[in-house]
Amino acid sequence: MKTMTKEKHTISLLVDNQPGVLSRIAGMFSGRGYNIESLCVATTMDPLVSRITLVTKGDQLIIEQINKQLNKLVDVIKVHDLTETDFVERETALVKVRARPGHKAEILRLVDIFKCKVVDANSTHYTIEVTGTVEKLSAFLNLIKPMGIKEIARTGSIAVSRNNK
Amino acid sequence: MEITGAQILMEIFKEEKVDSVFGMTGGAAIDIFDELARTSIQHIMVRHEQGAVHAADGYARAKRSVGVCIVTSGPGATNTVSGLASAYMDSIPLVVFTAQVPTNLIGNDAFQEVDIVGITRPCTKHNYLVRRMEDLARTVKEAFYVARSGRPGPVLVDIPKDIIQGKTAYKPLRAPSLKSYNPTYKPNIKQVKKAINLIREARKPIIFAGGGVILSGASRELAEFARRLNAPVTASLMGLGAFPGTDELWLGMPGMHGTYRANMSIGSCDLLIGIGVRFDDRVTGKIDTFAPHAKIIHIDIDPTSIRKNIPVAVPIVGDCKIALGELERLMDEEALVVDPYKNRPWLDQIEEWKNTNPLSYEQMDIIKPQYVIERLYDITKGQAIITTEVGQNQMWAAQYYHFDQPNSFITSGGLGCMGFGFPAAIGAQVASQDKLVVDIAGDGSIQMNIQEMATAMQYSLPVKIVILNNKYLGMVRQWQQLFYEKRYASTSIEETPDFVKLAESYGAVGLRATRPQEVVPVLKEGLSTPKPVIMDFWVDREECVYPMVPAGAPMTEMLLV
Ligand SMILES: Cc1ncc(C[n+]2csc(CCOP(=O)(O)OP(=O)(O)O)c2C)c(N)n1
Ligand SMILES: [Mg+2]
Repeated sequence: MKTMTKEKHTISLLVDNQPGVLSRIAGMFSGRGYNIESLCVATTMDPLVSRITLVTKGDQLIIEQINKQLNKLVDVIKVHDLTETDFVERETALVKVRARPGHKAEILRLVDIFKCKVVDANSTHYTIEVTGTVEKLSAFLNLIKPMGIKEIARTGSIAVSRNNK
Repeated sequence: MEITGAQILMEIFKEEKVDSVFGMTGGAAIDIFDELARTSIQHIMVRHEQGAVHAADGYARAKRSVGVCIVTSGPGATNTVSGLASAYMDSIPLVVFTAQVPTNLIGNDAFQEVDIVGITRPCTKHNYLVRRMEDLARTVKEAFYVARSGRPGPVLVDIPKDIIQGKTAYKPLRAPSLKSYNPTYKPNIKQVKKAINLIREARKPIIFAGGGVILSGASRELAEFARRLNAPVTASLMGLGAFPGTDELWLGMPGMHGTYRANMSIGSCDLLIGIGVRFDDRVTGKIDTFAPHAKIIHIDIDPTSIRKNIPVAVPIVGDCKIALGELERLMDEEALVVDPYKNRPWLDQIEEWKNTNPLSYEQMDIIKPQYVIERLYDITKGQAIITTEVGQNQMWAAQYYHFDQPNSFITSGGLGCMGFGFPAAIGAQVASQDKLVVDIAGDGSIQMNIQEMATAMQYSLPVKIVILNNKYLGMVRQWQQLFYEKRYASTSIEETPDFVKLAESYGAVGLRATRPQEVVPVLKEGLSTPKPVIMDFWVDREECVYPMVPAGAPMTEMLLV
């Protein structure tokens, strides 16, 4: 059989905008013991259709099953495993970081290097908006961590393919 | 003109040619049954909702159509769960209607409110909560369509009471089509050609048929295909009857309690053609030792079945009947004729296996359960519809009754749900009034839905129950005997009712055989009685089902008698 190494896959789904769809998808993953690393849902231009971007991990056979099982759900219109194609992926995080007097300059320097934005500030904390690939986010978070992260909210990945099919 | 939600249901039942429904009423469902009583549709009122779903399952299989249930909210709905799970695993088309508390009470923990759509999401093919009056007709129509199309399965529709009572205009809808749901029926020709190349090269082919062949009505095509290839055929529990059990090419069932020759054949074939099967663990055993020398062609309508458990050389997604038709057509086109002598050494080898370890038992002074099934087979000339409970009784039925017709063997295969057989027999009897329907039962399982005897009596459904009474939860006891040094923890059920009196208390007939010479007379009398009958056979308590492959072992490592 094929290689059994685990790979990360970003899967984009178009689904009927019905109550219960999300639970059906989440239930399929939990019921079959598959992982969801992140999941992001919002409506598309068509209010009857939502797009779900989902990041999962598994060996090739598992990923194949995940794609097929998703396709099998009656509410799922389209399954597109983006990892097989050329695609753009982004994630946004809001990071509330301690702004000690001695650290402020360093934080702002990192914000500058990573092209982030300070979206809120008070006497003790900065809230920084950082957008980019998952790699960029983790690089940024690694550097900012020593300053003391108070809170963090991440959107999970969203993605679209580069081709126009 | 405006009609009520309940009336809309009846209109669609008519369109869908529903002639019988199985159910139990309640506060939220009262209007549906009120309306149903004004139609010519027969309501088989059960005594427990699990019975309704299993009965609809048996009905759907015997009739080859969609089974319908109607139950009330809350406990009525929760009681359907085992039935749904069983039908889901066996891909049986059902539409189950659950009444729900009125829309304005949903989410309030109202009396008899339960989130049945949430509960049954993983054990239905699809389910719906109807939230708006105007969605009702389309949803119900869609439910029937989803249940029967593609890989069939149970669909649940939850309808709040205000929608059942509410009024709206109704116009019959056209057949639904869903952009999110498009089963593939026609196989990819390139794949079919690849399959034919493998078939041409094979020296030791076997065909492994499953429930999919029965569901798609492909038995004739399967038989033609097997003859053309001169290839022996085995079939999973769900596939029994898909190929004649009396045919020369028949190998018997494979797997944990499969025949020696079926398992040996899988162990040494060079080509395995799986048709409408899902390679369940009870068939494959230790997965990497399954068909180790074979290339596998796998035909199934459900892409998730393919490469889920075993590697496949040629996957073919499509309906079994259509796929077999395409295979035939292309073999004709390529004028592929299998030299009848090519497989000869292979068939000779199989013949030898057949003779070395056939299914066997010895009838001595206690009744052997296998003997009861063999005599049942003789007396019914193999023409009965057989349903089963779960456990040893189920396996002996599968081994010793030779099924020649599809849909003549009705069992809870995937879920293995005790209590299935009797209500399923009731459903099958409703579907085929003129057939003899026999539930082969264990003394344990039969107690799980025995209350349906009242249903059988009420509607004069002359189903027969053959209890292989070993006063044990026998299959579990067998595991304890073989793998737990005979520690029979929690498997002895000596405290059982007197089944003869139990039958009589319902107004049915009860008969008993305690000695071998009583078996045939009891069967003859019981089977010819035009009423529901329980035949209680006191069998050897510690008989085991053989061959047996321990769970997780290679299938060629069988424990023989
Ligand atoms: C609903 C349910 N509960 C428990 C089991 C586990 N189980 C499988 S076989 C079996 C014993 C069945 O006993 P009986 O009906 O007497 O059949 P026998 O094996 O003795 O023929 C049990 C408890 C099951 N399959 N289904
Ligand atoms: Mg028993």
